[in-house]
Amino acid sequence: MNKREFLKDAILFFPAAATLQALAPAAEGSAETAKTPADYDATRHWYGMGVDVDKCIGCNRCVEACKAENDVPEEPFFFRTWIERYQIHENGETTVECISTRAAPPEQAEPEDPSVVRTFFVPKLCNQCAHPPCVQVCPVGATFQTQDGVVLVDAERCIGCRYCIQACPYGARYLNPKTRTADKCTFCYHRITEGLLPACVEVCPTEARIFGDLKGKADRLVRFHRVNQISVLKPDLNTEPKVLYAKLDGEVR
Amino acid sequence: MSSAIPASLFEQLSHQLSQVTGFIYPNEVETQWAILIVVYPYITGIVAGAFILASLVKVFNVVEVQPIYRLALLTALAFMLVAGMPLQLHLGHPERAYEIFMTPQTTSAMAMFGFVYLWYLLGILLIEIWFEYRAQLILMAQQAKGVMKWVYSALSLFSKDLSPEAIAFDKKASKFVTIIGIPSAFLLHGYVGFIFGSVKANPWWGSVLMPIVFLMSAIVSGIAMVMFLYILVSLLRNEKLDMRCLDKIGLFLLVAIIVDFALEALDYIHRIYQSEESIGILAELVSSRLFTSMVIVQLLLGMLLPLVIIAFVRITRVNEDMRRLLYFTSSLLILVGIFSMRWNVVIGGQLYSKSFRGLMAYKMELTGIESLMTALLLLALPFIILTVLYRLLPPQWLEKNAPAMVH
Repeated sequence: MNKREFLKDAILFFPAAATLQALAPAAEGSAETAKTPADYDATRHWYGMGVDVDKCIGCNRCVEACKAENDVPEEPFFFRTWIERYQIHENGETTVECISTRAAPPEQAEPEDPSVVRTFFVPKLCNQCAHPPCVQVCPVGATFQTQDGVVLVDAERCIGCRYCIQACPYGARYLNPKTRTADKCTFCYHRITEGLLPACVEVCPTEARIFGDLKGKADRLVRFHRVNQISVLKPDLNTEPKVLYAKLDGEVR
Repeated sequence: MSSAIPASLFEQLSHQLSQVTGFIYPNEVETQWAILIVVYPYITGIVAGAFILASLVKVFNVVEVQPIYRLALLTALAFMLVAGMPLQLHLGHPERAYEIFMTPQTTSAMAMFGFVYLWYLLGILLIEIWFEYRAQLILMAQQAKGVMKWVYSALSLFSKDLSPEAIAFDKKASKFVTIIGIPSAFLLHGYVGFIFGSVKANPWWGSVLMPIVFLMSAIVSGIAMVMFLYILVSLLRNEKLDMRCLDKIGLFLLVAIIVDFALEALDYIHRIYQSEESIGILAELVSSRLFTSMVIVQLLLGMLLPLVIIAFVRITRVNEDMRRLLYFTSSLLILVGIFSMRWNVVIGGQLYSKSFRGLMAYKMELTGIESLMTALLLLALPFIILTVLYRLLPPQWLEKNAPAMVH
């Protein structure tokens, strides 16, 4: 082998070896998008959630259920879902507070502020955008959209660069300090693919949250969508959220 | 439910939570990209800037700058070798970083950085330096003894050809690489700007001007760094400075600062004039959390003051010692100013809530991985590498040992 041949072979060999090595985990990863039952057909669903703002009483049960169901750290810096309280004052000003970060619910009813003319609660969670900016920016494809429209994170693949957390306009993501990977609401994917409801929906005492399948003809969510005036959060960003809010005040961002 | 997050993290987040004003989303208490991500664009910018300064010699034949050509190249290399480290260290799973190369997602701006970085390091910088130094390495190998003979032979890739044709080819190749190198340097740092500028969720970052502003500030910081090093090296080694060269660098620096200032001003004027939804909270951010680092350090001390000083030097033609002192001071001020510019972009973009209703705080850790200590180490490392490179590949060696070879 002369020098020229050796170089030629070397130039071919190294990229080829790297490519083969690269393809092995990629092939594995594409097959296991998420663990689902054998008879589950993801292409037949397109999940979303309806939130009836008027019905939320701010009891925080959804938050607690979510943390318990999904092993979310209990410290008040990590949430897959949370509740915001809006107070509209006489002078038109709005004050907002996240009531889910409180250590404990107040023992006595809080004295009423006479300047407050209207108050309401808004549950927040990942909007499971149809056009998700978090998926677009992930450098390794660890965060992805399933065929049934849920945005998930593969914790085995996530490198913890946090770009997705920056790209989410809704603050729905956090870095799980235990796994050191990005984490967020999955609509309780392990439950919904078994035909169950997400934990937050299951425990909501006022049915403020309606989970459903936008591809289902007689689905509750489809009906919710039809009978209510629907808003989504930050529509100008063109993320096409699938969490649909009814009776949402314009103050909510 | 489960708890037990690291105590230091809990302490940091509790402190940051106590500093919050207004309303923020609960997941926003943690500063996702902290001090290491400030260091990263700072270092990358110096690489791009130093290379662009060096390329003026090769491509545009600015002969006055010839004395710093090799210093600028070695500076670019020293900083380039460190550029990836802050990124690597800040990952939640650094051991998976190779995935960016193995299974990159093509829609991700960040995924391409690895390739841009490798291209620039292996495809441009190392090749250019090799052609520039090949003849010198052969000669050094001939003169050296023992291990160093082998080191230099290996560095020259065991080439032996010192014929005029070979030397001419070196020159031609190095010029060719530089020509490709300029757009590559623009790509390297413009691209870093794009990583931030493309985030539509964050109006402080999401601006089409961001890549250009990053690029211009990179050029400013690279030129300032080479100027700073040129003066410093001449002081340390007791060598005479070429004042024509220094004045020329000063001129380029002046022009670069003016363009950089104009671009940044345009960005802010545009934001204020368009007055979009986020303007209220951004104004609050700048007038409170970022006032010192942005208005005082970045704008006044890091940009306008050196601009005035260098303009003064050029207009009045003060004596050489004074000029050198003023250039040295300005370059230091600029280097601090550009660092605070990186800080204001990276940290600033994470000090206001995406709900536009409140401000967060960032408490820098003193020790640990994501800490002041690591940042200082990473900022010191390029200077240590440069010292080694400077000894290994003395820029003035040919002038002293083989003046006939100097082109």
